[in-house]
Amino acid sequence: MLQSFQSSSRLTDEPLLSIKKLSHKYKNRVALQNVNVDVQEGSIFGILGPNGCGKSTLFKVISTLMLPSSGSAHLNGYDILKEPDEVRKLTGLIFQFPSLDRKLSIYENILYQSWLYSFSFNELLPNIQRLLSVLNLTERLNERVETLSGGLQRRVEVAKALVHRPRLLVLDEPSAGLDPGARLDFWELLNQVRTEVGTTILLTTHFLEEADRCDRVAIMDEGRIVSVGSPVELKTAIGGDILSISADDAITVAAEIESQFGLRALVVDGIVRIELKDAHTFIPKFVEALPGKIRSVTLSKPTLEDVFIKMTGHRFWGRHSVGEDA
Amino acid sequence: MNRTLILPSLTIAQRELLRFLRQPSRVVGIVGSPVLFWFVIGSGLGESFRFPSAPPTMDYLEYFFPGTLVLIVLFTAIFSTISIIEDRREGFLQAVLAAPIPRSAIVLGKLIGVTGLSLLQAVLFLLLLPLSNISVSFLAIVSTLAMVVLVGFGMAGLGFAIAWRMESTQGFHAIMNLLLIPMWMLSGALFPPSGAATWVWWIMQMNPLTYNVAATRMTLYGLADEYMKDLPSIEFCLLISFLFAVGTFVVSVLAVRKRPQGLPIIDRR
Repeated sequence: MLQSFQSSSRLTDEPLLSIKKLSHKYKNRVALQNVNVDVQEGSIFGILGPNGCGKSTLFKVISTLMLPSSGSAHLNGYDILKEPDEVRKLTGLIFQFPSLDRKLSIYENILYQSWLYSFSFNELLPNIQRLLSVLNLTERLNERVETLSGGLQRRVEVAKALVHRPRLLVLDEPSAGLDPGARLDFWELLNQVRTEVGTTILLTTHFLEEADRCDRVAIMDEGRIVSVGSPVELKTAIGGDILSISADDAITVAAEIESQFGLRALVVDGIVRIELKDAHTFIPKFVEALPGKIRSVTLSKPTLEDVFIKMTGHRFWGRHSVGEDA
Repeated sequence: MNRTLILPSLTIAQRELLRFLRQPSRVVGIVGSPVLFWFVIGSGLGESFRFPSAPPTMDYLEYFFPGTLVLIVLFTAIFSTISIIEDRREGFLQAVLAAPIPRSAIVLGKLIGVTGLSLLQAVLFLLLLPLSNISVSFLAIVSTLAMVVLVGFGMAGLGFAIAWRMESTQGFHAIMNLLLIPMWMLSGALFPPSGAATWVWWIMQMNPLTYNVAATRMTLYGLADEYMKDLPSIEFCLLISFLFAVGTFVVSVLAVRKRPQGLPIIDRR
């Protein structure tokens, strides 16, 4: 495993990144409300939320480019708000929009990044060589970035962000704009970075399947963290399976199920959703109790979207409240 | 000077130059139109333009030459700093801003790079000197290029300070048309202050570019030409040009230093 920029932690028993009571207000909008996040060293931590939920504001605060209204944030014991240069040394960043210079080659982009961090290229050479081989870029060093595919540009972006051996790699919506195949490759790459380079990873995403691959996930909505845990923990907390009932009159069906069985039935997007244990045993009961009213019944294990609906009362995409959209 | 200032600055400057050299169309755009202005307006006005203290042999092509040189420097500054607006939100500058370097290194690097571009294009333009009537010494060329460095740094600083505050390139275009181009027009580049209406004369005296153009004119003639007697002294021109360069640099650094801060949240409970 490669040595990171600074291997000794100032406060060893603390999480690598610790954010406490962070709030941020723009002109007339509160973007972050009392956000608390702890990221342990060596993990992949995801911040999941729909567009406009405050993820990017959080990214800007962590990347030292913005000061919040209130709260605190520490990386390896350094105050992100008051000691930006110390934090910058320990952080590698991948922005939502590429920060590569398209007119320069891969080599030049990486060389310039080393110089920007006040290292000579030779000082970082062993790390750079290692990164280029892990990221499979060695053969293409002299190619100009503008000639590379989107997926390959992301690889160069990762190499560039890791040149100075940061402890934490922070990525803002890294998969946006990548096709599903390239997204899959990118995840393999992130896992490699974590295991072979030893960097802790924090990313923001609006892809549910991407959050599923993280060790821990914080679900964000309207500037608040509504739930934190491993994907399995979060889904287990739902307390059973999900039954989705499609019916012509979903509201009536939901009301009848609630009154006859004493269960909580939500209508989301015209579909009746019920969370319950041993859901399969209820299927024949529902069909018998509501003859002719049910078109289909689907039984599924809870997903992170189900967690999101449970915690926020609305769907992941769109701001309709549950029950409003039937 | 420490390593965290010099190495990153030179990196940013080198990137600016390398990018430019890889986009040859930019050279044509920046040198091309001023040369066209110079040639067409200069030849068109020809000898119908006269001003009090000039020798009878001086035609407009000659008078307009130093002003065109300054226009090239101004265009270089405008077109190289306008990229900051998008670059800091969606490009290379994002990573530069997140690097552990003094904010002054970011400004210094950009200004050195843009000044280098100005110098490069000034050299190209000076190759046209034989087409004007100006006879120059080697020393005059060297001192003119030194002046281009000083003027170029100041203009780049001005462009930087404006671009940093802009949300869109359209906004910058508006500033260019309403402020920068008029500043150049009222700098003595197109006509001398001596024959202008009083209010124009006053604006020209207040305009820092007037001293940039005057100093460039004087260095090009080796400080010695007879018609210079209407211009302010070279020492004063250099002083104003120097203060302008330092001033725009400082304003730019202050702008970059400022981290956007959230507004206070009032707890209503």
